[in-house]
Amino acid sequence: MAKRKAPEVNAGSMADIAFLLLIFFLVTTTIETDSGISRQLPPINDEEQDPPPLKEKNIFIVLINSNGELLVEDEKMEIENLKDEAKRFLDNGGGKGDEACNYCRGPGDPKSSDNPIKAVISLQNDRLTDYGVYITVQNELVKAYTELRNREANRLYGRDFTAMVEDYKNKAEYEGDVDKLKERIETVKDMFPQKLSEAEPSRSN
Amino acid sequence: MSKFKKKKGGDTPAISTASLPDIVFMLLFFFMVVTVLRDTSIKVQQDLPYADQVEKLEKKNLVMYIYAGKPSKRYQGQYGDEARIQLNDKFASVKDIQQYIYEERQSKREELRNMLITSLKVDQETNMGLISDIKQELREAEALKINYTSKEGDAIQNMK
Repeated sequence: MAKRKAPEVNAGSMADIAFLLLIFFLVTTTIETDSGISRQLPPINDEEQDPPPLKEKNIFIVLINSNGELLVEDEKMEIENLKDEAKRFLDNGGGKGDEACNYCRGPGDPKSSDNPIKAVISLQNDRLTDYGVYITVQNELVKAYTELRNREANRLYGRDFTAMVEDYKNKAEYEGDVDKLKERIETVKDMFPQKLSEAEPSRSN
Repeated sequence: MSKFKKKKGGDTPAISTASLPDIVFMLLFFFMVVTVLRDTSIKVQQDLPYADQVEKLEKKNLVMYIYAGKPSKRYQGQYGDEARIQLNDKFASVKDIQQYIYEERQSKREELRNMLITSLKVDQETNMGLISDIKQELREAEALKINYTSKEGDAIQNMK
């Protein structure tokens, strides 16, 4: 057979293909951002000072043992009920006079918290508790706060608290008064301040 | 002078685009090489717990990472299967954390130093004892802002 010269391939579209690949890589390489539960650790005090006086009924103690079982206010509890129980405690509003809470919708049990501003949740764990369980409990407690804040934000401003915080983060795109938004967020935060204490763990025997 | 004589007639010749693919390929390779997805190789297991009440860590340059968990399969022969801490690329002990925090702080601009957040990337099977030790060290180093980095999802899954 006679040898024929192969026709030259048109390379004109090569640039387009390469551009396509380039753009694909540019778009897909979004380095994913991490997210998680943010917490503030308590600072170390040099001198021993007495903890501020707290009434027994204003403390909500959550204990996690090494098997991941919960003991809430001296009663065994399933994790599914923790959020509602925490909400009931925070929203109780059992205070009278100066300590009364005019936005609480709880039962007003005199044995439970006076006011969400005074209510403290104390989370205690064992050294052998699994980290996963600990995060679940933290998550449920934060969720209790978030739901209560959402409820109040909806009542006062007709919007979710979480949506307001989201707006505040993208304040460049927010149409409206940013200062007012900030003020509103602070108001709702002050109604249900997140007082979540993470104690140093008890020693396991 | 004939050298400067205007060319008579004729359009300007088309610029050759034959080298365009090469240029674009060069760019492509550059981006493919430069986009490192992870800057430290992780030597511990990282099965992060799930949580849905999360905040995003937007500013990457303000985040310090502390990894903890059991050493990965590859390193278990060498380091055992007890949960360990990893700072940068190396296994470390609890005592090294303060030094690490100070070094990280030194490497940042002064006005950013008190905005630093410590991200704890801890495997969900780790015991809280180790995390408490880490937290205690962070308190002593005055790195009080922490973030329990987690995967987004229903937190109840962690209990299984």
